[in-house]
Amino acid sequence: MCMTCGCESEGVHLDGHKDDVGHEHEHVGADGVVYRHAHRHHHHGPDVSHRHDAAPAVPREIRIERDILAKNDSFASANRQRFEQEGVLALNVVSSPGSGKTSLLVRTLLALQGKTPVAVIEGDQQTSLDAERIRATGIRAVQVNTGKGCHLDAQMVQRALAEQAPTPDSMLFIENVGNLVCPAAFDLGEAAKVVVLSVTEGDDKPLKYPDMFRAARLMLINKCDLLPHVQFDVQRVIEHARRVNPGIEVIQLSAVTGAGVAEWLDWLERELCAVKARRADSVAVLKRRVAELEAQLQAQHTFPANEPHDL
Amino acid sequence: MHELALAESVLQMVDEAAQANGFRRVRRIVLEIGQLAAVDPAAMRFCFDAVVRETVADGAVLEIEEIPGRGWCVHCAAVVPMDDFVAACPQCGRFGVQSRNGRELRLKTLEVE
Repeated sequence: MCMTCGCESEGVHLDGHKDDVGHEHEHVGADGVVYRHAHRHHHHGPDVSHRHDAAPAVPREIRIERDILAKNDSFASANRQRFEQEGVLALNVVSSPGSGKTSLLVRTLLALQGKTPVAVIEGDQQTSLDAERIRATGIRAVQVNTGKGCHLDAQMVQRALAEQAPTPDSMLFIENVGNLVCPAAFDLGEAAKVVVLSVTEGDDKPLKYPDMFRAARLMLINKCDLLPHVQFDVQRVIEHARRVNPGIEVIQLSAVTGAGVAEWLDWLERELCAVKARRADSVAVLKRRVAELEAQLQAQHTFPANEPHDL
Repeated sequence: MHELALAESVLQMVDEAAQANGFRRVRRIVLEIGQLAAVDPAAMRFCFDAVVRETVADGAVLEIEEIPGRGWCVHCAAVVPMDDFVAACPQCGRFGVQSRNGRELRLKTLEVE
């Protein structure tokens, strides 16, 4: 038996046996781990089985083969399942700092008030200033401070959901940390990422930060009321965004004047309807499945009485 | 700098493997990072060195296997090398190359003792 890994087999010998010379030895353990180590041994004769005397602290290789983001992705899929079961439209709102995400959210929440139940998760490195701005509208908001972290992750969202459970058939806006790079890599379980780009930024941003524009389903071009005063080519930014993401949808608006906000509200309503429809479908499928199982049980209870007992 | 969070994830996976396999020291960690995975190998090394201090992986060699990007052009159906998401297809010159390889971000193997 091999003393390093405890296996009974002799394993695969990578090097040929030479007289009294150690060899390298590789085999797969019962736990699926590949062990590879070198050791010295003696041949006592052709038929004598040999004993492996491993030196202490001999290195071995362990195969992991796992996605580095696997843990985040498992939290994200739990969040997504919860959103789908409860008919919650969850949106991950991303942008660089200062694009007007919070102002746009405040306007959106005021417009939805009395029509659609809404909740907000605010992500920032420090302070609860944004959550306070949201709460001033009368909407529930949880602030998540990431400290040194540059993005929200799915586990932070799960903790925020535990603090404030979303209402069924509602919208949940998750305002990510202002950063066009890191939040692109972390799935939170959202239905879609919405990227906000303001006209005071460059129209080449989709080319400079392609990962984010590739990950987003919708691009909101904000501060359009400032277009007469800035050098920002709307057609060019749309062309750049579609170069990295041909399917990206685009809405031009201004959180300050309210221009274009109606189109954004229509988009939200459509997406919420789609989420509700999917939930209704899955409930209908479950009901059908339950009915089938009940019918089968019923059949099992009735049939044996009619069947002959000895075949 | 989400490489810091990624390095922490790697360390967490190493800790889990240490509990499952009973090793005390990691000598080498092999990662697979695709060219299109939005991860900078130099930043990854920097963050890795910072997070492994005084852990089971302190002093371990971080080996990064970079996987080149490869894509498929939706216009001319050619399989082409892909350095980023914004370049045109080198065959037909149009935009619309979809990635096939290069988004990998995996912990492959550990050499432990």
